[in-house]
Amino acid sequence: MLQNLYLNIDAGTIDWSRAQFALTAIYHWLFVPLTLGLAVIMGIVETKYYRTRDEFWKNAAKFWQKLFGINFAMGVATGIILEFEFGTNWSNYSWFVGDIFGAPLAVEGIVAFFMESTFVAVMFFGWKKVSPGFHLASTWLTGLGATISAWWILVANAWMQYPVGCEFNPDTMRNEMVSFAEVALSPFAIDKFCHTVISSWIIGAIFCVAVCCWYLMKNREVKLATESLKIGVWVGLIAAVLAGATGHKSAQSVGEVQPMKLAAMEALYNGGEDQGLTAIAWVNPFCQPDYANEEAAPLKLEMPYALSFMATNDIHGYVPGINDILNGYTKPDGTVEPSVDEKIARGKKAIEALAAYRQAKFNSSDDGSIAAAHLKVLQENMQYFGYGYIKDKNDIVPFIPVNFWAFRIMVGLGCVFILYFLVMLLLMYDIPFLSIFTRRLLATIGLLPETMADAPKQLTGLPSWHYWTAIILVPLAYIASECGWLVAEFGRQPWTIQDMLPTWAAVSDLNAGSVALTFILFLILFSTMLAVEINILLKQIKKGPEL
Amino acid sequence: MRQNSFLHRVFDLYYDGFRSMRLGRTLWAIILIKLFIIFVVLKIFFFPNFLKQNAKGDEAGYVATELTERAIP
Repeated sequence: MLQNLYLNIDAGTIDWSRAQFALTAIYHWLFVPLTLGLAVIMGIVETKYYRTRDEFWKNAAKFWQKLFGINFAMGVATGIILEFEFGTNWSNYSWFVGDIFGAPLAVEGIVAFFMESTFVAVMFFGWKKVSPGFHLASTWLTGLGATISAWWILVANAWMQYPVGCEFNPDTMRNEMVSFAEVALSPFAIDKFCHTVISSWIIGAIFCVAVCCWYLMKNREVKLATESLKIGVWVGLIAAVLAGATGHKSAQSVGEVQPMKLAAMEALYNGGEDQGLTAIAWVNPFCQPDYANEEAAPLKLEMPYALSFMATNDIHGYVPGINDILNGYTKPDGTVEPSVDEKIARGKKAIEALAAYRQAKFNSSDDGSIAAAHLKVLQENMQYFGYGYIKDKNDIVPFIPVNFWAFRIMVGLGCVFILYFLVMLLLMYDIPFLSIFTRRLLATIGLLPETMADAPKQLTGLPSWHYWTAIILVPLAYIASECGWLVAEFGRQPWTIQDMLPTWAAVSDLNAGSVALTFILFLILFSTMLAVEINILLKQIKKGPEL
Repeated sequence: MRQNSFLHRVFDLYYDGFRSMRLGRTLWAIILIKLFIIFVVLKIFFFPNFLKQNAKGDEAGYVATELTERAIP
């Protein structure tokens, strides 16, 4: 994984640069999902006010908007550091693909600045200045602006995983965009966007539910807590179920364009048809398994056919394993996927042709025919350009334990969230048979006092474990979300751009020590800022809504 | 600027909004400190434009050398 953090200088530069980028991205991602999720909650609460004109809902909307505002303010500009890192630590990458990668980032910057800053101002300053309808529209548009921003960032990220709509220009050494539509509407980007944004709603919902439960535990702001809790639970349940559906679609995209990532997520060493989904297996979290010699991970317990279904929508579908991908395999449609050794050979050919082309091009004695011949070779092998940097075929296998466990933690926690929201729903409403059944079941196993077993809709006075569960789910929701990103990013290693540029070609020739220094500096800075944010948020929650 | 003009209303929205902020003042202070750290301290001292410093105007040539030499020693 990050085995070179303190070894020789070149490898150290790569790993410290990766670690620094990961740290910044993880920190940035603490704010984004809560912004996206709380936008939905505050939008629904204000819609309730718009429809009822009840002052209670107005105060509730202001309360959730205040928490949204704190999180929004703390997250502002934290993503910009990532762009600095591109220019300093990943300069080869930036030059090589900046024309394409920069476009969605620029659109995001413009949208974020104009849309969010305009409507955020109306949302916070405009209660007495604009009509309720315009104010409501501004609240929803604030959330929409944040969601559109997320769209462009995810388009950029999806392009790294599945580079489309571009053509390499060996004269400028840049990949140039040939189709903006292909980049912006890449199916991979759409799947990623749906799954990421919907899973962010879960975080917003869990945060809302946790705040409400804290109030109920303290027996204060009971009406705000009870009414907001209903919204939080419904948003959370719908989002959690949809996250499962969009996750299935995402897994299919990964299976199609990044089969190695899927194989690593599943610790699938040898693939085939009728593949089962691993529920659990023993994959040592600290070392790469011996996938070349083991038939399968030890103690594997699987759900029959589920992996084939997840990856191909067909229970008998073919899913390649790590060894199949390394050694080459034939897809069900008859196309042959070459072995990694063959791809390495073709990648080297492409890079040699690039060097020869540039030498001929800038040599005045060539009439253009030599350069043209090298260009032809380059174009024929460009598809495997990145493999030219791979020394050993096993270098393209990502660190399996991170992918395997992060995926399971994400999915496992997703199931926990669905179960939790379902139980909450049954406690909140009087659904014939089911609500009483749930209460009696909880009473039987000692999680609810007998006196409350037949009291539907009763949310105050529940045992404190009940409220604490909601509060504990907040960090768990973040862990699930960050695990999703771990799978996405560790799973595509060693590529910064899939099949095109590995990390060790993309990184700048910097001193590892200077990157390490900024890493430590960031760690201190980010930890301080996070502590400040949590402090302000908690103070405002303790203060409660202003009546 | 006429009292009822669009521009006046926009100005009034921001003016009144900023004037009556309470928690917002703390948040704006944090944002400004953060922007100072990011754009002044980090950008200038820790994140120079690597290519601008090293490529001497020929970025394509520099990246071509980097990318080919890392594959073909």
